Amino acid sequence: MTLAGLPLSILALLLGAALVPLLARSGRGVAAWSSAAVLGIAALAVAPLAPAALAGTVTVLRWPWLPEWGLDLAFRLDGLGLLFAILILGIGQLVILYAAYYMPPEDGLGRFFGILLAFAGGMLGVVLSENLLLMVIFWEITSLASFLLIAYRHDASEARIAARMALAVTGGGGLALLAGVLLLGRIAGSLELSAVLAAGEAVRAHPLYPVALALVLLGAFTKSAQFPFHFWLPNAMAAPTPVSAYLHSATMVKAGVFLLARLYPVLSGTELWFALVSGTGAVTLAYGAYVALLKHDLKGLLAYSTISHLGLITLLIGLESPLSTVAAVFHIINHAIFKASLFMAAGIIDHECGTRDMRRINGMFRYMPQTAVLGMVAAAAMAGVPLLNGFLSKEMFFAETLQEPPVAGYAYALPAFATFAGVLSVAYSLRFIHDVFFHGEPVGLPRTPHEPPLWMRVPVGILSLLCLVVGLLPQSSVGALLRTASAAALGGPPPPYELAPWHGFNLPLAMSAVALAGGALWYRFRGVLFDLHERFAPLVGGPAAFERVYNAAAAAARLLMAAMDTGRLRRYVALLLLAALGLGLHAVAGAGLAPPHGAVIPADPVAIGALVALAVGAFGCAGLHRRRPLAVVFASVVGLIVSLTFLRFSAPDLALTQLSVEVVTIVLLLLALRFLPEEARATDAPRRRRLGDAAIAGAGGLGAAALAYALLTRPFETVSGFFVEQSVPGGGGTNVVNVILVDFRGFDTLGEIWVLALAALGAHALLEGLRLRPHALRAASEADRHPVMLAMLMRPLLPLALTVAFHILLRGHNLPGGGFIAGLITGIVLILQYLAVGLDITSARLRVDHLRLFALGLALAAGTGMASMAFGAPFLTSAHGYVPIPLVGRTHLASALAFDLGVYLVVVATVLLVLSELGRLSQRELRPAACGGQG
Amino acid sequence: MELLVSAGIGVLVAAGTWLLLRERSFSVVLGLTLLSYAANLMIFASGRLAADAPPLVLGEAERLADPLPQALVLTAIVISFGTTAFLVALALRASAETGGDHVDGGEGER
Repeated sequence: MTLAGLPLSILALLLGAALVPLLARSGRGVAAWSSAAVLGIAALAVAPLAPAALAGTVTVLRWPWLPEWGLDLAFRLDGLGLLFAILILGIGQLVILYAAYYMPPEDGLGRFFGILLAFAGGMLGVVLSENLLLMVIFWEITSLASFLLIAYRHDASEARIAARMALAVTGGGGLALLAGVLLLGRIAGSLELSAVLAAGEAVRAHPLYPVALALVLLGAFTKSAQFPFHFWLPNAMAAPTPVSAYLHSATMVKAGVFLLARLYPVLSGTELWFALVSGTGAVTLAYGAYVALLKHDLKGLLAYSTISHLGLITLLIGLESPLSTVAAVFHIINHAIFKASLFMAAGIIDHECGTRDMRRINGMFRYMPQTAVLGMVAAAAMAGVPLLNGFLSKEMFFAETLQEPPVAGYAYALPAFATFAGVLSVAYSLRFIHDVFFHGEPVGLPRTPHEPPLWMRVPVGILSLLCLVVGLLPQSSVGALLRTASAAALGGPPPPYELAPWHGFNLPLAMSAVALAGGALWYRFRGVLFDLHERFAPLVGGPAAFERVYNAAAAAARLLMAAMDTGRLRRYVALLLLAALGLGLHAVAGAGLAPPHGAVIPADPVAIGALVALAVGAFGCAGLHRRRPLAVVFASVVGLIVSLTFLRFSAPDLALTQLSVEVVTIVLLLLALRFLPEEARATDAPRRRRLGDAAIAGAGGLGAAALAYALLTRPFETVSGFFVEQSVPGGGGTNVVNVILVDFRGFDTLGEIWVLALAALGAHALLEGLRLRPHALRAASEADRHPVMLAMLMRPLLPLALTVAFHILLRGHNLPGGGFIAGLITGIVLILQYLAVGLDITSARLRVDHLRLFALGLALAAGTGMASMAFGAPFLTSAHGYVPIPLVGRTHLASALAFDLGVYLVVVATVLLVLSELGRLSQRELRPAACGGQG
Repeated sequence: MELLVSAGIGVLVAAGTWLLLRERSFSVVLGLTLLSYAANLMIFASGRLAADAPPLVLGEAERLADPLPQALVLTAIVISFGTTAFLVALALRASAETGGDHVDGGEGER
């Protein structure tokens, strides 16, 4: 059961993200305490599994989710995951404590902690996922949470722009990663990490390996802000400082290097990996370190130094020696500790001084000595000063550069480069210390700074203390964790190495000394650099390039929209039809048609006459469409011929349905015509366009005719044999069409009556409360609104017709009929009644709420389906048998009849709702006029 | 007979397409009605034509018309009424909102 702790910890964080904003209504304290509790619960859920992971055991929990897509809820805890879980949950606690004091008192903190917890959940998901697809999902959660947190002060446009940029870069990288992961899964045959890790050999030998590698690296590099995708990170400093300390230094940006370490056993070991990863890492390391010194913004300096350190980790992973990977993992730990501490210290300074500009913040040591000491310890760790944690991993890095590199020619270049990067990092660390805490007096601060509340200093203190502890006692503090995490990253036991604060006098130590001295000099002569930078900096710049690309893409999209979205329906329809024609031609051209069979039904004079009538109807409708009542008459001729066609070719059900639909459609169209001019105003469509329309119509007609003929004269196989055979024994009915509708494919029918109900409800919603001026108000027709003859005729006809409808409903299972047809007939009869005696009288007599009728019908149909589940049979299983009915005798009944009754009710409701609503529309306008006339 | 049915489908598609490309919403509704006739006939035709063989299992006929396309078309006919009703309502609403029955709204002068 402890295994479930993995998903439970993630779930706790995600649930907490939803709950904390609610709890926060009770106050800031509640928000902070509940967030801390949620993180604590998550930690407790993982804790029982930690000893095993520390001992090197890989724990995997797998629940099938969408197995056909290879997506399982599979979680995994190994050394690497444990390391990150500790960072996420541990630093998370400190950040919550810090944020509770940092955030302005007017902020209720609910939204802030909510998003922060969602991020923590996503991040924990990334590091605990066994299924790679699942990992990508969590990966995107972290991108989204980062977006929301950067834009937390959403009234500042700068924050919104920065958030958008971060989302575009990391989200885009996430898409690339998704593609890469899918490709990896295809190559390895599974999306489970264990399987992928085991398939390293096959993956690297696969021809698609470079593509998969490039895609995965795109995801990792964008997330970890590697050059040239680094520019989003400095802008992300628009986020509140606790966010920078958490997401943008310790955790989220580490997701990229985490991914590199995670997939190291699969993807590394090739020249391509070495070139791409170590190359990108080296450029990022140097570039970030160089720019960091030039930033006057305190957080800007830290952001670029973060980029630089991420570059260092990437470079170490790219060097591909087992020990360099150990160094990378070690530096992940160390950097998270000192950089979170530095960001928090920077936040305190910002908080106290009201500015982050280092040209104004000077001499802070006098105002806040404790914070200054803590900040200086962390900065010294960043610079790699001995006895601090940063020194140890940097020494390992220096030692690694001295090893035989996998590519010849790097023998001197790499150590020299490493030392140079060390010089730069010492320089910017020195600037952080000297410029901020010493270097004269502050310049024009809005208020006098002093020490912040104790609880703001505590998290910084803990982290700075950790720098010292790890630096002095590396083996006993992080030794075990580092070993097991490195083993997980390497996919095997790490090589022997010694973790000690002092390795004696050796070459790496000399490199460190050179870096320290060189860094001090570099800082001393920074003025020259600033001048140079001022002159050349505007030439390069990620954000500007990003804006240019972004604006160009937006402009291109606008152009495309302007070309496509003209607001002219005719154009859309024409394009759509042309595309359909093109695709149809393409399909036919590519397909080899089977030879036609000879057997055809001979034509007879009646059929030829029907075709002529059809053509007259269709072309009459098309040609005289402006004279609307006439066009409706022509259309009704077409409908009649179509229903006769169904009858001729052995489809009595269809003929009945078509005939009744025809009637209601004509009533519908005629009712609508009241509100449209009887004769449409002729618009002068250019002759050229009319010719074009005719060409499209002609081509479509010819194509359809050819297709139909090809279809009709080819032999075919049908799956209907099953339905015909099973109709009586399985469905209990002899009308196969009806049995298919209510039994074999009952679920389809259920969906279809839903569609019908929704279409009618949509029409109802559109017409409700609508006021239209009737165009065709003719005195003669008004006087003769309810002809007496019809009213008299309806008296006997109504019960008779309803009985017929009922009969057709009942017999539908065995003979042509059923719910659809019976519903239509009932609808027609009731509409006739409306016409005969008027809407008001009929509505008063027929007290049926159409909407309730829908509900009843749908509930009956769905209920019949569910009733079968109560008997342990699948949804919509039909039962049938002989039931003794008093007076009638033993009658064969199928439970599908209840389903058909539901269909019936929905069809009746559809017809009545639409037509009575249209009728009511006319009355709304007529009534005042009629009153006026009488008065 | 197959030729006649095919010709009929072609005629309906041609007339329906022409109407679909007109400017007044009512004509477009008529066009869609004709097109749905054609589509229903086409689906029906995919079961091939059979005379005097309704799909009723009553014992005497040895060959029955294919019931599956019929079942598909039956619901399609009813749903086409639903969509026509929706379109008519939409057209009326649009003409109330925009003051004209042009498909692009109003009198289409844009």
